[in-house]
Amino acid sequence: MTRSLAPRAFSFSRLAIYSTLLLACALYLIPLIVMLLTSFKSPEDIRTGNLLSWPAVITGIGWIKAWDTVGGYFWNSVKITVPAVVISTLLGALNGYVLSMWRFRGSQLFFGLLLFGCFLPFQTVLLPASFTLGKLGLASTTSGLVLVHIVYGLAFTTLFFRNYYCSVPDALVRAARLDGAGFFTIFGRILLPMSVPIIMVCLIWQFTQIWNDFLFGVVFASGDAQPITVALNNLVNTSTGVKEYNVDMAAAMIAGLPTLLVYVLAGKYFLRGLTAGAVKG
Amino acid sequence: MSTVATINKASPFDALQRWLPKLVLAPSMLIVLVGFYGYILWTFVLSFTNSSFMPSYKWVGLAQYARLMENDRWWVASKNLLVFGGMFIAISLVIGVLLAVLLDQRIRREGVIRTVYLYPMALSMIVTGTAWKWLLNPGLGLDKMLRDWGWEGFRLDWLVDPDRVVYCLVIAAVWQASGFVMALFLAGLRSVDQSIIRAAQVDGASLPSIYLRIVLPSLRPVFFSALMILAHIAIKSFDLVAAMTAGGPGYASDLPAMFMYSFTFSRGQMGMGSASAILMLGAILSILVPYLYSELRNKRHD
Repeated sequence: MTRSLAPRAFSFSRLAIYSTLLLACALYLIPLIVMLLTSFKSPEDIRTGNLLSWPAVITGIGWIKAWDTVGGYFWNSVKITVPAVVISTLLGALNGYVLSMWRFRGSQLFFGLLLFGCFLPFQTVLLPASFTLGKLGLASTTSGLVLVHIVYGLAFTTLFFRNYYCSVPDALVRAARLDGAGFFTIFGRILLPMSVPIIMVCLIWQFTQIWNDFLFGVVFASGDAQPITVALNNLVNTSTGVKEYNVDMAAAMIAGLPTLLVYVLAGKYFLRGLTAGAVKG
Repeated sequence: MSTVATINKASPFDALQRWLPKLVLAPSMLIVLVGFYGYILWTFVLSFTNSSFMPSYKWVGLAQYARLMENDRWWVASKNLLVFGGMFIAISLVIGVLLAVLLDQRIRREGVIRTVYLYPMALSMIVTGTAWKWLLNPGLGLDKMLRDWGWEGFRLDWLVDPDRVVYCLVIAAVWQASGFVMALFLAGLRSVDQSIIRAAQVDGASLPSIYLRIVLPSLRPVFFSALMILAHIAIKSFDLVAAMTAGGPGYASDLPAMFMYSFTFSRGQMGMGSASAILMLGAILSILVPYLYSELRNKRHD
């Protein structure tokens, strides 16, 4: 890096900057550390110790109990997330391709209408969507949730690909057309191979959105089809019996680990998705 | 408009090629027209009916909106949204900008620090809510920890205090989203023309005043998109309330999204629930429309 805004030499102000940044790091990390510590404690230990005290005995009982309670719903989330992410990304790529390379009269208007979906408060579509799922026989099924996530993920996936393809030079596609390449050939041979970064961004964005969804899950899937977020919420907010905070925290970690893992492994794409979703147009 | 669709020769193959793009887009168009706009219209219609546990189409005019206006819980929820939204947005912006500016000072291990600030954004609001519910637990959470550490008089029972429970939501939401604001502003800072800053430095301006007078004002677009996103998160906040407080104690920490859910799906008040959803849409539009208007105007000026 060649930036030189601040003097590099040690000084009081640099010490202050580093201390502030490190303090902030600690504040952001504490909830995660507390969750981990608590999840490995025994209930007695939780009562006698405090949030940041080291476990007297490290025990996996919280994790075992948590997996027994929410494990099945973890697989529900997998069954919902994987197909919904793949299909909505594929549709988004095709839409983006048409909206950037094959514009026709009205396609810009459609893009505008679609973009509004990024801001749509889902409360305004919940009731009609649940009537529709009921009519389709998909109420309280994971397939129903897959469908809902595809529909309401479309705005973002299309936006990602459309903006990405808008920066591809026209000449490339024009030349291919003159050579007689068709719609799908151009897409498959020219655009897809150069789309790896945006595919990553889109997959990760959709994965985080769908895995973390609670609203659709709680409205459209009661009982056996619940995703993990709903199961976690039920576990934490049941008022019967003695509260087992170690189990709560282990379950929260189980629900959070997949997205956390993706974030650690592919943080670059995660950030790019966030900012692309943020700075639209 | 620069497209390739302008070169056309007439042959069956070309005719198919001309229709393919429209054909490919058709399912999505249907989805958008029905699933977005059709459903909004449907909800809009329901808000003028006396639907309770089941949808009914008996027209009652503005009666549901009138009932909503007389509902104390709705006013608590709306007031909470103002307090929660206002504080959440303001604090996230301040922290985010501050951290971004500090991180922009050629910091060692910047990548690692950035990763730490941003990771909460990868978590579900349900996980965040669960974690903070535990941290703020009166009796066992931070409350106990700080007393264990020697601060004898420390009390933290906001989670069960109807007057303060909203601040708990603010704390958790800021923890989750402020790193994102940092990331947005850091990206913005990296795109600022360095020669301007160097020129100001040569003129003898101090670093803080360069940031306040020159750099940050030039990031107005970033500021507005951050504002937009945070407001959007605030209005849609439902998971966080569900996980942390379930709206309680009583309905002291209710937010409109929570209100809509419980009246529509648990209390059999579909009509009033729909009316509240429409008002939420109105709130989003009242932020979105001026934002888009200014965006479009700026683009035209470019």
